[in-house]
Amino acid sequence: MQKVYTKIESIVGNVVTVRAENVRLGDLALVGDSYATVIKLDKNLVSLQVFAGAQGVGTNDAVRFLGRPMMVSFSEHLLGRVFDGAGVPRDRGPALTENMIPIGGPSFNPAKRILPRNMIRTGIPMIDVFNTLVESQKLPIFSISGEPYNALLARIALQAEVDVIVLGGMGLKYDDYLTFRDTLEKGGAMSHTVMFIHTAADPIVECTLVPDMALAVAEQFALAGKKVLVLLTDMTNYADAQKEMAITMEQVPSNRGYPGDLYSCLAARYEKAVDIDGAGSITILGVTTMPGDDVTHPVPDNTGYITEGQYYLKNGHIEPFGSLSRLKQNVNGKTRDDHRALMDGMIRLYAQYKEALEKKSMGFLMSEWDEKLLKYGELFETKLMDLSVNIPLEDALDLGWTILAECFDPNETGLKTSLLKERWPDKDALN
Amino acid sequence: METVTGYVTGVNGNLANVRFDDSVHKNEVGYILVDGKRLKAEVIRINNGIASMQIYEMSNGIKVGDPVEFTGEQMSVELGPGLLTQVFDGLQNPLPDLAEQCGFFLERGVYLNPIPDREWEFTPMVKAGDAVEAGESIGSVPEGLFAHEIMVPFTLKGRDWTVKSIKEKGTYHVRETICVIENGKGEIKELSMVITQPIKQAVKCYEERLRPDEPLVTKIRCIDSFLPVAKGGTFCVPGPFGAGKTVLQHMEAKNGEADIVIVAACGERAGEVVEILKEFPELEDPKTGRSLMERTIIICNTSSMPVAAREASCYTAVTLAEYYRQMGLDVLLLADSTSRWAQAMREMSGRLEEIPGEEAFPAYLESTIASFYERAGKVRLKNGKIASITIGGTVSPAGGNFEEPVTQATLKVVGAFHGLSRERSDARKYPAIHPMDSWSKYPGVVDMTRVEEARSILKHGNEINQMMKVIGEEGTSAEDYIIYQKGELLDAVYLQQNSFDPIDAACSPERQRKEFETIYDALMTSYDLEDKKEIRSFFNQLRQEFLDWHGIEFETPEFDAQKKKITEFYMSKAMK
Repeated sequence: MQKVYTKIESIVGNVVTVRAENVRLGDLALVGDSYATVIKLDKNLVSLQVFAGAQGVGTNDAVRFLGRPMMVSFSEHLLGRVFDGAGVPRDRGPALTENMIPIGGPSFNPAKRILPRNMIRTGIPMIDVFNTLVESQKLPIFSISGEPYNALLARIALQAEVDVIVLGGMGLKYDDYLTFRDTLEKGGAMSHTVMFIHTAADPIVECTLVPDMALAVAEQFALAGKKVLVLLTDMTNYADAQKEMAITMEQVPSNRGYPGDLYSCLAARYEKAVDIDGAGSITILGVTTMPGDDVTHPVPDNTGYITEGQYYLKNGHIEPFGSLSRLKQNVNGKTRDDHRALMDGMIRLYAQYKEALEKKSMGFLMSEWDEKLLKYGELFETKLMDLSVNIPLEDALDLGWTILAECFDPNETGLKTSLLKERWPDKDALN
Repeated sequence: METVTGYVTGVNGNLANVRFDDSVHKNEVGYILVDGKRLKAEVIRINNGIASMQIYEMSNGIKVGDPVEFTGEQMSVELGPGLLTQVFDGLQNPLPDLAEQCGFFLERGVYLNPIPDREWEFTPMVKAGDAVEAGESIGSVPEGLFAHEIMVPFTLKGRDWTVKSIKEKGTYHVRETICVIENGKGEIKELSMVITQPIKQAVKCYEERLRPDEPLVTKIRCIDSFLPVAKGGTFCVPGPFGAGKTVLQHMEAKNGEADIVIVAACGERAGEVVEILKEFPELEDPKTGRSLMERTIIICNTSSMPVAAREASCYTAVTLAEYYRQMGLDVLLLADSTSRWAQAMREMSGRLEEIPGEEAFPAYLESTIASFYERAGKVRLKNGKIASITIGGTVSPAGGNFEEPVTQATLKVVGAFHGLSRERSDARKYPAIHPMDSWSKYPGVVDMTRVEEARSILKHGNEINQMMKVIGEEGTSAEDYIIYQKGELLDAVYLQQNSFDPIDAACSPERQRKEFETIYDALMTSYDLEDKKEIRSFFNQLRQEFLDWHGIEFETPEFDAQKKKITEFYMSKAMK
């Protein structure tokens, strides 16, 4: 029934072309025994992207069109399993073939979205107090190679209250993959986790499939009423894979070699994050490593415009500057009445501390005010910023007031008088 | 007329090559038939008998040989009563109706009627025998707050048309023929309440364009007093991500004193649109006392929707704006973000294999941006009414670098520049509009010469701050230190505004005048202070008093009492 074509006309990079009739854009095909997808049609010339790479493909290899787009199996059986970018099991379990669903489906209707309203507690003050994570948020961790971003991701995964975790690994080092698996297993989370792992040694095309696979599965879980947390690490590898493929296909590059549709590509994935009325939700936490710690690099830059904030991981802690959760306003008004004002006030003072620190490093005389700021900055860094701190939000807020009272007079904080009256630990200082 | 048909000969991404039999026009709309679905596409190039069409939908599943139907018409929108309060995608598909029909996800190839299927109470304004021309009103229907005027199509050619017949006052269906017109050659046209208008053609049915000289109040102190926007003017808001572009634009949409607000979410997050959708119906328009949604239209083509439709969405928005302008209304169009729109052009240009310009943007980028912003303006209509379209576009420059092509092309054509800065947003100074780098060519709500004086203090204070970083606080004279503190004070209590505080979020022009007067006075006073510590604590206290003042409702005894308290406080230290 399936027609087999055996005359491959050209092989360039991972793309092979063959003359064939009645082929649809986006269809899946088998080139030899590797999967491939149709990316371009020109009269009867069909271009195919070979997932496993075109290495070793011969001009007489058989090409079979399967007449369907790329799909992934979806069922409860996915939980606890590990697959590669093409959906082939990476653990020793059986291949899943029932209930196949297409990947890269259409976008969610904005009219059906609801306002994100639930906070996800993580026990990390720099997140809970200053940049609250919200259900259905899409948030990347901006970092540089060598920072413990995967460890942070794993810790959030373990501490966050969600039903299903979908991990998409792109260009992961093999040991990183093993660390993830072991951490989740040890923490008892593996039973509600699905992993799609592309390691650095795997074919590049599979890397670009990982987010689509992970998100297609997440979407089905969410429609079934589950709260899903999708972890994507590392999206820079994904973008680099896109770049490699675009260049081999002779597309005009736009910025540092990346294709012009990088923004759209990333957005289509991140925008899958959603809170569904009457069903579950998808929260996406990604990692974007910044080559050379440069936030203006096209990948972090485009990501920043798409996502709802970002966490900067630098020197082992989440930086208060630059880190931002855009959705925090949706939830931090309901946590405690002093949450917002305290958050803003403490960051403002911390900014001044940084200035004072700069002055000090240049050898200037420290004024009394500078000394206060220096004391404050140090307390802030050790008691709140350190990643090992693990306390609930309310305790963290109380701690914030204590730190302020230890360092400043009430009117130096720039906070509203009414709030100071209510919350300032040392009431005598108010008069 | 026979439909021109064709068939697909090739597909690459969202670009299809189509062989056609008869004749096609550039920018004509056609439908590609795939699996019984009709996918909308637009002819963007014709080369060697092959039409290249950009597909407004996801293109997978298309195969060579799929039939194509051409419509002979350009990409158009339908205009008529019932557009207000709606949410459309870039092709004017009503999203809530789409959700009702297709569920959670956007299904491709489904195109619904943008004009609600209902009846309206029509009152004629012309009678049989009257001469009419394009854009002239023939009657009106009440839509929410406005008398929605029913107009002769803007595309009508010739000036010798007369009304042959018109329906009497009464209730008619929106698509029913209500008027018949005839020209000298005996051609007859039947008009309903709905007209169609090609989106890439500006409507020019007005008498003359006027200079934008009246401020458009946004109730944001920093804008209205320091960097004003005018009715009929244009402004742009470039800024790196996270600097608060969208929050600022939502504030403008909420508080902007226009009759109609059109928000075009072009290639941005869906979540932001949802915020407007859920928030606006609950908010009250202070001018009319009705829900804010009643004056709002949202065009929503978010980043995950097909790119070609994103390109169309800005044009769709401005065409709707022009329609309401023709009724004599002031329209505020907010486009977020024009960079995404430019990127959509870039993607298409790349697929067409055009020779790329700077950063691979097409060579026609500048002229396209200019012609978009030029559709703004204050005009005198033929019936003497003054109306305007104000366009505010955000720009998302790559890497926050304002040197990039889209920002530069935009700056050439706008009348006000509100540049957002990462340093200010990092320090939580909102709105993060940079007070020194930004500029405006329009008049504001307070005395502009005083604003200039205040701005020079800010500038001077900033210079002293830079100097202090080098020579240290101890090397700065008390006099300079006071100027530095004055600059900081102005920034903290006038330029910054808390958009989450119920009272501070919207500052009326009257209140701005009063507050500016006070702060101006405080800035111009010389103080009898010597010690740095004393100076600092004085300004800290003064700042605290001003901040508390922001939280007090305007025109209450408490408001005046606080003003008095502030004045007394700083006068107590004034040089005698």
